[in-house]
Amino acid sequence: MATVITVEKRREDFDVTAVVTSIQSSAETALGKLYASLPKGVGAAGVARARAFARFERSGLPTRRIEAWHYTDMRSALREAYPLAFDYAMNPTRGLRIDLIDGAAPDDLGQQTWPEGLRVRALRDVLAGAGDDLAAKIYPDQGANDAMVALNAAMSGDGLVIEVATGARIETPIGVYWRSGGVTPRSDFSRVLVLLGDGAHITLVESHAAHARTQRNSAIVFHLAAGASVEHVFVPEFYEAESHVATLIAELGECAAFNSFALIAGGGLLRRQIFARCAGEQADVAFRGVSLLGGKQHADTTLVVDHAAPHGRSRELFKHIVTDGASGVFQGKVIVRPHAQKVDGGMKSQTLLLSDDAAMYNKPELEIFADDVVCGHGATVGELDKDQLFYLMARGLTKAEAEALLLDGFAREAIEFVSNEDVRSRLETLMSDWLESRPS
Amino acid sequence: MLEIRNLHAEIGGKKILNGVNLMVKSGEVAAIMGPNGSGKSTLSYVIAGRDGYEVTEGEALLDGENILALDPHERAAKGLFLAFQYPLEIPGVTTMTFLKAAMNSQRKQRGEAELTTPDFIKKVNVAAERLGVKKDMLRRALNVGFSGGEKKRLEVLQMALLEPRFGILDETDSGLDIDALRIVAEGVNSLRSPDRAFLVITHYQRLLDYIVPDNVHVLSKGRIVKSGGKELALELEKNGYRDYGGEAA
Repeated sequence: MATVITVEKRREDFDVTAVVTSIQSSAETALGKLYASLPKGVGAAGVARARAFARFERSGLPTRRIEAWHYTDMRSALREAYPLAFDYAMNPTRGLRIDLIDGAAPDDLGQQTWPEGLRVRALRDVLAGAGDDLAAKIYPDQGANDAMVALNAAMSGDGLVIEVATGARIETPIGVYWRSGGVTPRSDFSRVLVLLGDGAHITLVESHAAHARTQRNSAIVFHLAAGASVEHVFVPEFYEAESHVATLIAELGECAAFNSFALIAGGGLLRRQIFARCAGEQADVAFRGVSLLGGKQHADTTLVVDHAAPHGRSRELFKHIVTDGASGVFQGKVIVRPHAQKVDGGMKSQTLLLSDDAAMYNKPELEIFADDVVCGHGATVGELDKDQLFYLMARGLTKAEAEALLLDGFAREAIEFVSNEDVRSRLETLMSDWLESRPS
Repeated sequence: MLEIRNLHAEIGGKKILNGVNLMVKSGEVAAIMGPNGSGKSTLSYVIAGRDGYEVTEGEALLDGENILALDPHERAAKGLFLAFQYPLEIPGVTTMTFLKAAMNSQRKQRGEAELTTPDFIKKVNVAAERLGVKKDMLRRALNVGFSGGEKKRLEVLQMALLEPRFGILDETDSGLDIDALRIVAEGVNSLRSPDRAFLVITHYQRLLDYIVPDNVHVLSKGRIVKSGGKELALELEKNGYRDYGGEAA
């Protein structure tokens, strides 16, 4: 049977400029924000792209009033605009982005051009030929007794081996993106080894994306030779993992420095565990983070910093904002071995609980066997300060604005230690997004 | 401008204000003096809307409207400003961020356009220079690590930028040396205008040498017990609060 479709012809021709969409839909507003977050193109192509967005902005998402779109109304179809799948802001240089899809490294790592002094291989290619020395680096003693670390070691068939040559300083951040390869339920196991030669430096952004039926167990192992330094950032984006155990192991040589920051937001159960050992004298470690927990989330940060040599320095600062029925955990243990004199350690965990059902468990521990050290720890759990709220409201801020400003300030004290400006501003954006969408 | 009628207030069941009556007219600077515990700070907090105080009777009218039922931010948007005796420290929030949030929030509530960033920065720079507030302070977290004098100077800077109809200065002289006191007083004096009024709350007469009031009221046991011209402050300085149920000043 034939179907007859009659199309009523419109009298006037359509003119883009004649359509004025006075009120932006939320998807249009979101697209504007996404566009603003992209790096501005240069040259003729940049100009053309800027013009193109201006053209889009003028007309907005097409509605059925536009004849060519008469049967497909994009404005009502796109209620909201999803986040960009590829985040340029986080990783402005495409060449330094590495995707681990379901834990597997890309096939073309060998064909890519890396900055001088940087070598990246798939763990699966390295495992077969690895001798005792390399195996000991991939599977170090630290944390090896932890059941979930052991499970990761046994199950991880792939991941990455990143080597930074002696003296090489890689200034562009390297983004390693863990992501799910599909939407069916899945578990992924992967391990990344990062080896830094004497005086080498990298910034590594560990970015996790996962859908809601992902069970992930990821491990990243750093070995820093004398004078090497690492800036490490852990950030979940588009992250809904049902469960995730994320382990970080760091072994520091003499005068090496490890500076790590984690933003925790989204997902179901997250256990981050850190095993850091200052094996060389004057090694310096800093672990900081912000947890933004809502819903029924459970996020656990457990760390062990082991000072095995004199004159070491360690700093931990974790800020937790917990609301709804979420629960947070912070367990921090600092060990100072008998001969590790003159160690300077400071650990702080601060929590703001925003609802009656929210919970926070703090367990700081010091195991000090040397007699000439300075080590302290502090943990606070509280609510937003009523006097501070009144002060801000007396200046004209609404209660919601005052709360948001205080929460932002609270978290920012930890974020400001992230030295890379692009990465820091990305973290700030993610944080403000969370604060803005927080139910009050 | 501001009229307080038979104001009774208590905190945790304890009566602090026992029927305060006070009228401050447009263009006027009124001073409230009184011994410790007379209810001076309570009066300023009740007018500004701080939680925890229960108003059991009376009203406070700003330009004819009773403001006691409004939230603190609504009172601020209507032009009320309280310079705190102890300005709060807000870690992690830079002074600039805070100033912009406050100015724009008030503008939004009044249905005015928000300030653009260049306009905002220009306004702040002009006011900061006049009050001797260093740029470095504006980039630091609000009041964190500021000296007493710096905090009070910043309170006056906020007042200058928010351009209130009615300003309350709660013990603004406490913790200030003479130089800081002079700068703060000059800042306040430069804001005096026919369509603005101030209530200066102080224990000592010293501040009133610099901010010369039109009227002086003595608060004792939660009531205004005497009112007069600026000479009343000098009399209190000489004789103390003995005659008003307090210790010597």
